[in-house]
Amino acid sequence: MPNRTACIYGINGPVVTVKNAPWLQMLETVYVGHERIIGEVIAVHGDATIIQVYEETSGLRIGEPVTSTGKPMSVTLGPGLIGNIFDGIERPLRSIEEMSGAFISRGLRPDAVDMEKEWDVRMTVREGDQVSPCTVIAELEETSLVKHKVMIPPDVSGVIEKAAADGKYNCKDTIAVVRTELGDKVEIRLVQQWPIRTPRPYRTREAISMPLITGQRIVDVLFPLAKGGTAAIPGGFGTGKTMTQHQLAKWSDADIIIYIGCGERGNEMTEVLEDFTGLIDPKSGQPLMNRTLLIANTSNMPVAAREASIYTGVTLAEYYRDMGYHVAIMADSTSRWAEALREISGRLEEMPAEEGFPAYLPSRLSEFYERAGYVKTLNDREGSVSIIGAVSPQGGDFSEPVTQNTKRFIRCFWGLDKELAYARHYPAINWLSSYSEYVDDLTPWYTENVSEDFIPDRAEVIKILQEESSLMDIVKLIGADVLPEDQRLTLEVARVIRVGFLQQNAYNATDTYVPLNKQYKMLKVILYLYEKCRELVIEQSIPLSQIQKSGIFDRVIKMKYDIENDNLEKFDGIFEEIKQLSF
Amino acid sequence: MALQYMGLNDLSGSLVIIEGMKDIAYDEIVEITVDDGEKRIGRVVELTEEFAVIQVFEGTAGISLTNTITKPTGKPLMLPLSLEILGRKFDGIGHPIDGLGPVYTDKYMDINGKPMNPVSREYPRSFIQTGISAIDGLTTLIKGQKLPIFSGNGMPHDNLAVQIATQSKIAEEEGQEFAIVFGAMGVKHDVANYFISAFERSGAIGHSVMFINTSSDPVVERILTPRCALTAAEYLAFEHNMHVLVILTDITSYCEALREISSSKQEIPSRKGYPGYLYSDLASLYERAGMIKGSSGSVTQIPILTMPNDDITHPIPDLTGYITEGQIVLDRALSQKNIYPPISVLPSLSRLMKDGIGEKYTTADHPEVSNQLFSSYARVQEIRALASVIGEDELSETDKLYMKFGLAFEENFVGQGKDENRSIRQTMEIAWEMLRILPRTELDRISPETLDAHYAQ
Repeated sequence: MPNRTACIYGINGPVVTVKNAPWLQMLETVYVGHERIIGEVIAVHGDATIIQVYEETSGLRIGEPVTSTGKPMSVTLGPGLIGNIFDGIERPLRSIEEMSGAFISRGLRPDAVDMEKEWDVRMTVREGDQVSPCTVIAELEETSLVKHKVMIPPDVSGVIEKAAADGKYNCKDTIAVVRTELGDKVEIRLVQQWPIRTPRPYRTREAISMPLITGQRIVDVLFPLAKGGTAAIPGGFGTGKTMTQHQLAKWSDADIIIYIGCGERGNEMTEVLEDFTGLIDPKSGQPLMNRTLLIANTSNMPVAAREASIYTGVTLAEYYRDMGYHVAIMADSTSRWAEALREISGRLEEMPAEEGFPAYLPSRLSEFYERAGYVKTLNDREGSVSIIGAVSPQGGDFSEPVTQNTKRFIRCFWGLDKELAYARHYPAINWLSSYSEYVDDLTPWYTENVSEDFIPDRAEVIKILQEESSLMDIVKLIGADVLPEDQRLTLEVARVIRVGFLQQNAYNATDTYVPLNKQYKMLKVILYLYEKCRELVIEQSIPLSQIQKSGIFDRVIKMKYDIENDNLEKFDGIFEEIKQLSF
Repeated sequence: MALQYMGLNDLSGSLVIIEGMKDIAYDEIVEITVDDGEKRIGRVVELTEEFAVIQVFEGTAGISLTNTITKPTGKPLMLPLSLEILGRKFDGIGHPIDGLGPVYTDKYMDINGKPMNPVSREYPRSFIQTGISAIDGLTTLIKGQKLPIFSGNGMPHDNLAVQIATQSKIAEEEGQEFAIVFGAMGVKHDVANYFISAFERSGAIGHSVMFINTSSDPVVERILTPRCALTAAEYLAFEHNMHVLVILTDITSYCEALREISSSKQEIPSRKGYPGYLYSDLASLYERAGMIKGSSGSVTQIPILTMPNDDITHPIPDLTGYITEGQIVLDRALSQKNIYPPISVLPSLSRLMKDGIGEKYTTADHPEVSNQLFSSYARVQEIRALASVIGEDELSETDKLYMKFGLAFEENFVGQGKDENRSIRQTMEIAWEMLRILPRTELDRISPETLDAHYAQ
């Protein structure tokens, strides 16, 4: 029942209790106190209703009003979201800056999108047209990279009774009126609302068939992620989770990137903002920020809004998915979100399960990751939401509850390794413990679009790395000198793979993003080198040290820098050099 | 006239409960007068219609259920601030302890601060020269960074902090004013004195502010000490455009205090008994470092923490590492070898250095050289492990050179004098000297052009 008020009975951190307010619904949004801070009902015990508050509660008093809205926690969906930066409950941080300066004050509720801005709207329906949920009724250019499609809300269908002419409209204008079967008239604007904890509907879920190309060799070749897939990047501090997330956000071939900074550092979000505004998308030549949306609820911002930020992000992603886009979400870090759950659960004095986390942690995690997927939308377009979640395991120990439970719900695991990070081998993804369950799903795509050899070659590389790992066990005990020549060759080629292929320099203009066909060529060169050297070592008994002196291994290692991404003919030269090797 | 409340209803640890308090806000500060006239300060930590739970900062010793009068102040804890605070010493909750009387001002700031808007932040890029090779060369400190020192009991972290504080020079704009804010939480008296006398000796005392809560002072005050220090730092940085270096020691005592209070409030513990909000709480301190657009001041933080049992996976260093922008890790084995500062370079990291070094800030060869040093020194560790199994004589020639490099690197590059102040040029020269021990072919992280320019000298 909207606008009924109750009084605050108790306050404990971000948790506020009211008594005798039976009209409050579970998960309803309420306004708390005279400043009308946003809160959400999270539990009802007898006559006490418990509310989590999305801002600081200090200074609140007993008896201040709590006003009901009758609606669940929702976000505004409409043009003007892309390129912007929001907090966990979709308040645009730039508007907050205008209102309160460099430090965030309380009780500010700016509109998520600029309601006054006029958009050039081109209508795609006419009066009398039948519309159903998610039918596209108009288009406008949101940024140079994103064509925004104005859709009928998912809970409306009927006949267009009135449609505006093409022209300039702002988010307050009604651009169409729909008469539903029951005879109600629904006004359609450029913006709509959707509750963040309810997944937006789609027609069917499609099978995974396309990789999300990231330009990062270890990902694209060894552990590929699919469009509509889920991946986790666990790693202790300093192993490069955030760096990896940034690289994926910059270079992956999704149409739209939603980057959620959930309980992480403020400077990192500033860095993303600065970097992405300056960086140019290699495919379109446009600034990357024109396809990126940032959600920043840093570690010192209110913890309840951190909990909501994940849902806000995924709801925005689903909205763009419904327009037929491929959206990738980077959530950094899901552990901070889990800790927010733990903190609030602790305040509610719930019975904790493992390490103080609430027993519903796994079900919340699965709810979140299951919102990823490749779907046919209600308007018969194809779109996808891919989720890449960073995990920050306590003490770098992957056996802790968040990592373990996340592993149950994701299909691609990029485990970061402390030792690699210490040696500044980046990305520090451990090739022995990581895996991707999407390889089989994606084999047809790779075969068709890259080469038939691609998947067998990938297997060959993994085999060499595995061999290296078991040989290293021996080397650690007795040194490399005692190994037979062919095994030492395996070690040397494995080194070439590690340094020349898996290691990728994010700060080098050529190496930061590598197109798939170059990755494939590099793979081919390394395997050809292996084949040729085996022939030399085994059949012609040439000592490995002699081959090493020729400098061919270093030549291959440096090819990632020497060969520009658009000058792949240069690979012929390397193939030729290897071919000419003779002693 | 605010209402006053006679007596209490419950007493437990540092918490008191008063029933029937009206017109009081969550997080508000109250003044408690004990019957002999002594005034103490408390904070509302939980509030319901029936009762208020109040945390008493100076402790509850001498308080009974009947001998107090409690008066709400109507506001959270505010710190009086003016430029006069430079050169002053305060206790853990901002009361002067140097006998120079209170700070007269009309400027009061809430010690809890407010979160900095990520949009308003200026991304830190300027290099701070500390004169310590292992830091400048490999874990470069950047203005506006939060870079903790992970140490253990008995290691020279205090010397290192003093050396950083006294030698730090912000390369680009040396003219601008520089201040040090020192927050001590639960430190030993000797340690507090060491810092005071070290700052006096170097003359830094005139531009420093000290907040000192020693280990015998009330535990509850410890929660406020870093907040007072950071509020003073923000004031100096953003109201007076100064570059402020904040040294906080010892974060471990701070976290212990938090645990003690959490447990007396009967909260549900998470790992090792620390409260579930330890991460958020630490973040509310560390995130107060940075720079904002439109102000030329900066807050740089160097928190010091002693890792219990030298365990880097303990919740305190662990959560700290997840919030701060890198860490400087001290190593007991190096310390035993009499190497000062005993910085263990491999686990040490500065996340911001990538954007604050190179031609524009330090030297052109810096990024490649630091990368190479890390990579070669990591290789040294592998070879040492091998040597401990098969003996050093059995190593290959190249591996022997690595062993030599490892020793020289630790002694000459990492090791330096307690007053030795090396310029970044000197640091890079020593680095090249070390790298020349290795054959040129082993330097795979440095481009041929850079090698041509420096390796042969």
